[in-house]
Amino acid sequence: MEFFAQQFINGLTLGSIYGLIALGYTMVFGIIGMVNFAHGDVFMLSSFIALIFFLILTSWLGLTSVALVFLIVLVLAMILTALWGWAIERVAYRPLRGSFRLAPLISAIGVSIFLSNFVQVVQGARNKPVPPLVRDVIVLYQNEQYTVTLSYKQAIIMTTTALLLAGFWYLVQRTSFGRAQRACEQDRRMAALLGINVDRTISLTFVLGAALAAVAGTLYLLYYGVVSFSDGFVPGVKAFTAAVLGGIGSLPGAVLGGLIIGLIETFWSAYFSIEYKDVAAFLILIVVLIFKPSGILGRPEVEKV
Amino acid sequence: MATGSTIGAVAPTVGRGSGAAFAEMLKDSALFALVTLGLSIPVVAYRTDLGQGTGLELTGRWGVVAGLCLAVFVLRLGQRMILGEVSRRREAHRIATAGAPPVVGRAGRVLGPLTLAVALTLPLLAALGSGGLSEGRYWIDLGILILTYVMLGWGLNIVVGLAGLLDLGYVAFYAVGAYSYALLSTVFGLSFWICLPLAGLFAAAFGVLLGFPVLRLRGDYLAIVTLAFGEIIRLVLINWVDFSGGAAGLSSIPRASFFGIPFTAGEGGFAQTFGLTFNPIHRIIFLYYLILALALITNLVTLRMRRLPLGRAWEALREDEIACRSLGIDTTMTKLTAFALGAMFAGFAGSFFAVRQGFVSPESFNFLESAIILAIVVLGGMGSQVGVAIAAIVMVGAPELLRNLSFLKAVFGEGFDPNEYRLLLFGLAMVCMMVWRPRGLISERSPSVRLGGRGA
Repeated sequence: MEFFAQQFINGLTLGSIYGLIALGYTMVFGIIGMVNFAHGDVFMLSSFIALIFFLILTSWLGLTSVALVFLIVLVLAMILTALWGWAIERVAYRPLRGSFRLAPLISAIGVSIFLSNFVQVVQGARNKPVPPLVRDVIVLYQNEQYTVTLSYKQAIIMTTTALLLAGFWYLVQRTSFGRAQRACEQDRRMAALLGINVDRTISLTFVLGAALAAVAGTLYLLYYGVVSFSDGFVPGVKAFTAAVLGGIGSLPGAVLGGLIIGLIETFWSAYFSIEYKDVAAFLILIVVLIFKPSGILGRPEVEKV
Repeated sequence: MATGSTIGAVAPTVGRGSGAAFAEMLKDSALFALVTLGLSIPVVAYRTDLGQGTGLELTGRWGVVAGLCLAVFVLRLGQRMILGEVSRRREAHRIATAGAPPVVGRAGRVLGPLTLAVALTLPLLAALGSGGLSEGRYWIDLGILILTYVMLGWGLNIVVGLAGLLDLGYVAFYAVGAYSYALLSTVFGLSFWICLPLAGLFAAAFGVLLGFPVLRLRGDYLAIVTLAFGEIIRLVLINWVDFSGGAAGLSSIPRASFFGIPFTAGEGGFAQTFGLTFNPIHRIIFLYYLILALALITNLVTLRMRRLPLGRAWEALREDEIACRSLGIDTTMTKLTAFALGAMFAGFAGSFFAVRQGFVSPESFNFLESAIILAIVVLGGMGSQVGVAIAAIVMVGAPELLRNLSFLKAVFGEGFDPNEYRLLLFGLAMVCMMVWRPRGLISERSPSVRLGGRGA
């Protein structure tokens, strides 16, 4: 039972990170119906941005306050990754509106290959470790054999995810940007006729998605303490799985899907075999897409001529 | 035209004073440079390296950033000044000559036979060019490498180019073919010529196995599922050590024989049987013609299929799936055959790969490999046979050749390795292709049959 509880906490932490990445997938898919294949690599890139700022702040400027460092790194990574998201949309996706069906996906694969190799070229192929930022843990339960702990890192990750989800929920449901976004989702041409700047709304969606990926990237670096140029692919696919599982286009669905994937992966590693944990995630993806492509919280899709 | 509108405000430069237009261009280019600066901070500006101590060390590289920004500024300015003019003229020209047949088709008709002639005589050309059969080995090896990708490209072309199904896990079938040969020959001692069709069959069976449940999915979802399938195959190959040898792979796979006659120096070998002096290059040349034959078979089958009702159904499916269904075409069967046929050719190529290398490991079959094959098909123009061949030559051959150019080292410094930039350029090329010429560089993708002269 104690082991289960500990794994549950670990799974929720991992799931929160997947959920944050999945939000980016789900928003972009919702608004322009494309799988932003490069999103996983944007996440990886943001992790590198966070890593470099972390090093600048701690070793050059000598900041010691952990909370301050974390906040500055988070904000800077969000801003710069958002710029990347904006630039990618302008260069690689916007000119393709109205092109043939598979063009955006192929372009996104191109961006994905470009990003991971760009980081490899400019930062080298080796793993980049950082010293652990936060070590403290909260002991939740203790007996002779087991100790169930919640580390500060895990608490930070879960709290950040919960706060961001609440913030985004508010943004999409209550603000004028959110209304514009939902309108574009339903009917882009009609939204344009009613005076919504569709291009700007789509741009902003990419910017927000990238900023969320940056949060995930920073948290990932905080949690694992190591990042490499190839770290974008697998979390990207898993986050996409999460978005599909939760129902693509649905924000709470993405986080729910992320948590489920995180839990399944953690329990699979803990109880079955750690080697096949990725196989489990990919299998879930295939099974969900075949049997329930609309996901848990999604709307069924109607194909129209 | 998308040429003049990537980033930044695109104000029409026509009908304004040239000074104002130039100032506008300057401003636009400066904006580009500024964005580049933003993107370069901090991933380009600071490089992280493992230092002497425990932590990472930062090295500033603001010179590179400045160079990058300057390059973007100059390129954008050049694009606006030159390409803007060109595209406006081309646009006017296009409107004036709308309906005229594309010129590129003719280029394809010349390029095809030319490429084929070079391919057929490559060992001879290599020998003449470098002064001896053994000296020409580098070129023949390069030819084998390129032809393998040509074959894979043509195989994937059936799935992506003809049937319009985006398959991101194509390399899985390649892996199935390679491991089929590796296991059948080492465990059961079967010869290459028995294993080759078996490998194709196994790969096709896997294609059907995957295709049956997933082909109901629409474009993007199908792509992601095939990607997941490809990854599962690779992960199983890595982790099922008893079956596949795990990450270490399988080695000492028997080599190909000349229809039963081994390429050995001694009694009963190829050289002795045909009264030649033994030379290891014989095997290489044989492998070269083997992959050439396999690739040409792939091409031939594809070209014939396009004339059959099934091939027509593929192309119709690519153009409009809903229309197909309403016309009574069995979309599942049509997709399944395309999938199986494409997979079969990947299986052939895979078993060739295994027999050539004598060694297979899961590392050769990662997602990147799928992406490279897809890039070749996309750059070739999705559906054009000649285009795919030329794209393979450019994408696989060019980086190999670049590696040996010493003047590049002189320009970019001693540590410069063009191979490092190969995939980066692949990615960029895929994006540029989609933005500028989504229908292919060399040849247009158009249906084999079409009603009247109406554009698709």
